[in-house]
Amino acid sequence: MADPQDGEMVKAADLHAHYGESHILHGVSLSVSRGELITLIGRNGSGRTTILRSLLGLVGRRTGSVRIRGVETIDLPPHRIARLGVGYCPEERGIFSRLSVEENLMLPPVVREGGMSVERLYEIFPNLFEHRKAMGTRLSGGEQQMLAMARILRTGAQLLLLDELTEGLAPVIVQALKRLIRQLKQLGFTVILVEQNFHFAAELADRHYVVDRGRIAEMIPKEALAESKDKIDAYLGV
Amino acid sequence: MNFFTRMVLAQMMLGLNNGAFYAILSLGLAVIFGQLNIINFAHGAFYMLGAFVALLGYTSLSVLPGLAGFHMNYWEALLIAPLVVGLLGMLIERTMIRHLYKLGNLYGLLLTFGIALIIQGLFTNYFNVSGTSYNAMPDILRGTVNLGFMRFPTYRLWSIIISLGVCLGTWLIVERTKLGSYLRAGTENADLVQAFGVNVPLMISLTYGFGVGLAAFAGVVAAPIYSVSPIMGEEMIITVFAVVVIGGMGSIMGAIITGLCLGMLEGLTKVIYPPAANTVIFFMMIVVLLVKPTGLFGKDQYGE
Repeated sequence: MADPQDGEMVKAADLHAHYGESHILHGVSLSVSRGELITLIGRNGSGRTTILRSLLGLVGRRTGSVRIRGVETIDLPPHRIARLGVGYCPEERGIFSRLSVEENLMLPPVVREGGMSVERLYEIFPNLFEHRKAMGTRLSGGEQQMLAMARILRTGAQLLLLDELTEGLAPVIVQALKRLIRQLKQLGFTVILVEQNFHFAAELADRHYVVDRGRIAEMIPKEALAESKDKIDAYLGV
Repeated sequence: MNFFTRMVLAQMMLGLNNGAFYAILSLGLAVIFGQLNIINFAHGAFYMLGAFVALLGYTSLSVLPGLAGFHMNYWEALLIAPLVVGLLGMLIERTMIRHLYKLGNLYGLLLTFGIALIIQGLFTNYFNVSGTSYNAMPDILRGTVNLGFMRFPTYRLWSIIISLGVCLGTWLIVERTKLGSYLRAGTENADLVQAFGVNVPLMISLTYGFGVGLAAFAGVVAAPIYSVSPIMGEEMIITVFAVVVIGGMGSIMGAIITGLCLGMLEGLTKVIYPPAANTVIFFMMIVVLLVKPTGLFGKDQYGE
């Protein structure tokens, strides 16, 4: 599979998504380059999580176009899309209560070469090593978030879809996550981040997509962040 | 050992034998429910089909061209019947059940109930409802063994051992292997497992095939004990559903333990108060539903 020359990782065009009768996304277009970190910001219910889930095909029905590494995925099932090198960390973290910490970590199949080894992940997340025999949901919220990150770093996925990493976590954990994301960016990962905590997002992202009522309302590069402050506040309703 | 103790032990052994069938059937139901979230009403029909594959393989395959004089023996039947029935199950899952996952589990229940009625109706049309005996029991399993307190039919002892072995093997696969971790995770959040790159639709087909294959296996093991009849599954499955309600749908080990214990409870009741033997399981079901509606080993939807 030849990767496109222009280094484009994701390109969505006129993406519509439906859950049953409800039409959630109304023609979303966005593109993310290799190694870029972008955020989707917007109010609760604006459709940010649905955009992430649509990129993976995890919605009832979707139309339009989503190209990942140049491969059109609109008609592919989620497991085939994941195999293109996509790692997903869902909002509710998705730690399995009937699996031990180690089983949770080992669950996602390796989708590409070059993932981190288990030893390396245990080095980065010593708490996970300490509790590796415990059941997954026995971990604290912060540890569960670390586990949800660690397990997609093992698979060799180069495109990470991260949903509300910092929600409900203590400031010290949020700081640790910030350091982790910064490291991942240096390592060349491409990241799409849905984030409620705008300060968290602002310090990390190259560009911001403002999502409003199922559409992309605005694209703001980090250089323009300061001058767009009022506009963003209006969209976020703060 | 006095007469009463001997009688209790004898009935407990027979009860354990029935319980082993309950265990293997309710185990299959639990595995299927875990992945497909449907209650497989066709389970009894697949149990019956398993017995018929063994019976017809022994008596009737030799009329086919190229198979003259071929009689599928018991050991072959133990392997072939679950395979044949499992493949049929996968076909049914792919062509019919699959379309109902988005509709809520009542539809799956109705569909599989319909499938059970069709399969059973077809067989009732061609075969004797009062049963045909299966005569391919291997010589090594004939006769009795001395258990100290009684002489017990060798075949029944074998059927207890092999059924428990299969139950334990299934439990080990689900709880201790990588494949099993996909199954357990799929029970909790199949979407997420698929988003990680696991071919969940295929896993669901294989699970259904495996579950009904287990039922067919139980059918083959049961064939030499009970006569093979189109309604054998219907009779069995009513009790098995009561076992499942008592045990709760949540756990594999729960299905196994509940099946065995209720089989023995039935045996015990035969000694103490014989008229209640056929109803004691249903009485238990009522008590459990009143006291712990999710079943003895069941979990509520929040996994507590």
